[in-house]
Amino acid sequence: MVDAAAAPERADGSAFPLYEEQPLVEVRDLVISYRGRPALRDIDLDVYRHEIFGIVGPANSGKTSFLRALNRMDAFNPAMQVAGSIRINGKNINDWRNEYALRSRIGVVFPLPVGLPLSVYDNVAFSPRLRGIRRKARLDEVVERCLTRAALWDEVKDRLDSLGSLLSGGQQQRLTIARALSQEPELLLLDEFSIAVDPVTTMRIEDVLRELRSEITIVLVTNLVQQARRLADRTAFFLTGELVETGVTEDLFEGKVKDRRTTGYLEGRFG
Amino acid sequence: MFAPTPLNRRSYRKQRLARAVFFLMTVALIVPVLVIVGTLVIRGGPAISWEFLFTPPRNFMTEGGILPALVGTVWLVLVALLASVPVGVAAALYLSEYAPDNLLTRTINLAIINLAGVPSIVHALFGVGAFVLFFRIGASILAASLTLAVMTLPVVIVATRESLQAVPQAFREACWNMGATRWQTIRKVVLPNSISGILTGVILEVSRTTGETAPIMFTGAAAFVAFLPESVFDQTMAMSYHLYYLATQATDVPEQTTFGVALVLIAIVLAMNAISIAFRVYLRGQKKW
Repeated sequence: MVDAAAAPERADGSAFPLYEEQPLVEVRDLVISYRGRPALRDIDLDVYRHEIFGIVGPANSGKTSFLRALNRMDAFNPAMQVAGSIRINGKNINDWRNEYALRSRIGVVFPLPVGLPLSVYDNVAFSPRLRGIRRKARLDEVVERCLTRAALWDEVKDRLDSLGSLLSGGQQQRLTIARALSQEPELLLLDEFSIAVDPVTTMRIEDVLRELRSEITIVLVTNLVQQARRLADRTAFFLTGELVETGVTEDLFEGKVKDRRTTGYLEGRFG
Repeated sequence: MFAPTPLNRRSYRKQRLARAVFFLMTVALIVPVLVIVGTLVIRGGPAISWEFLFTPPRNFMTEGGILPALVGTVWLVLVALLASVPVGVAAALYLSEYAPDNLLTRTINLAIINLAGVPSIVHALFGVGAFVLFFRIGASILAASLTLAVMTLPVVIVATRESLQAVPQAFREACWNMGATRWQTIRKVVLPNSISGILTGVILEVSRTTGETAPIMFTGAAAFVAFLPESVFDQTMAMSYHLYYLATQATDVPEQTTFGVALVLIAIVLAMNAISIAFRVYLRGQKKW
C-alpha cells in the first residue's frame, strides 16, 4: 500500500485510478546483458494498473531490451541474460512454468513489423483461435474490432484474404498492433509503434490507446518525446543502460526533474 | 559525359568473360548426361515393350522381362520411405525447433552431415550386421529397406532442417509473442511454409535410393526370384541389382536387354525427380511470402 496522498496526478488532474493497489509490474534490480556485456543496469520501477507508462531515451539506452525482458523474450535469444526480478500482478515472471500463458496475456508491437505469412484475417484471428474461439461470427467480430482500433480496417476490409506479409510497411505495423490487441492483453508493450505510420493515422491510434487505458496497462517506448508527452501518464528516461529518473510526464516536461540530463534530452539538446 | 571510362570497359570485359566461363561449365555438365541418356535410348530402347516390363526373366535371364525387379524396387523404396521419413522429419523438427543451440546440438548436427558422407558399402555391411544377423530379420525386403532407410536418414534430416531454417525467425517470434507454443507455431506457421522444401528433399532422396545397389546386395536383393514378393520378409529382385547382375555375372544376355534395364532404371529416377520438381513448383505457388 502506498500513501494515497503521495499518488501522482494525471495531467488532467485526475488521480491514477488504482494507484493504491499493488502495481501491475514491479521491476527490481533488473540487469540485462548480452554475452556478459550489460545493456541495462539496476533498473527499479513500477508500472501501475491502467496507466500508460512512457519510456524515452536515445538509441542504445536499453529500452527495447527492457520490453523484451518483460515478455520473457530472453528465451528466444541465448545471448541475452536477465538478472533481478520482474513481478507481474505480484508473481515473478520466471515462476510461470507455462511461459506461453504469460505471453498470451502480454501484447507486443516491435518497430519492425512482422506480418505472418497468413491472410490479414488469419493474422488477427490467430490469437483468438489459440484461445479456443472457433465460431466464425465471433471471430469476425474480434477481427473487425481489432483492425478498426488499429486504424487499418478501412484499408483492408475488402481484402481480408490477401497475405498479411504483402501489406505495406505501415500497414503491416498496424496489422501487428491489431494482432497484439486481438490477444485482449492485460499488458500492452509498444516499441516505436508509429515508426512507419503517417501522422494522421498515428493520432487515431493514439486516441484508441488513451481509450484502452481504462481496460489495460500500456508500456510505451518511443523516440518521439512529444508522443510520450501526449500519451504517457508517467515517463521514464533511460540513458546508456541506466534509468535516470521516472516521473509524472507533465512534471518532467515542465522541468521538475531530479537530473538535469532529463531536461536536456526532452528539450532535444542531446540524444 | 556518359562516355565509358577505361575502368567501365574493363569491368564489362570481365563480366563477359565470367559469363562465358560459367556457360561452358554448364555445357560440360549437361553433355555427359545427354550422351548417357542418348546411348541408353538408342541401344536399350528397342528392348522396351509391354512384355519386357510385365513378364519375369526366363532362360537364365537371356529372355523375358523385368517385372519382379520392377515390383521389388517399388517395395524396397516404399518401405525405406516409410521407415526414414517419419524418423528423419521428427528428428529434424527437434533439432531445428526445440533443441537448445549448444555444443551437443552442434556436434550432433555435424555428425549427421558426416553420416551423409559414409559410403553406401559401409551402410550395407552395417545392415547385414544389424538387421540381417543381430535382429535376425534375415535377408529380406525389410532388412534391405531398413538399410536403405539408415543410409538416407541423414540426408532427409539435413534437407528437412534446411527447409525449416529457411522460415524466417521473425515469424516464430511473432507467434511466440502471442502465446503460441512451439508446437502451435510449428503447425500453423513453420511447417506450412517449409513443406515444399521437405517434400522435395524427400523425393530426391527416394530417387537416389532407387539406384543404390550396394546396400541391398547382401541384405535382401536376389539375383533371381521367379515370383513377386508377397510380404516384407521375402527376398526380392531389384532393378539396380538386376542391372549389376546382367552386366557382370550373367552370360549370353543380349546387350539390348542390359541397356533396356538401365534405361528403365534411369526413367524411374527421372520420373521421380520430375514429380519432385512439379511438387516444388506447385507448392512454391502456394508459398506465403
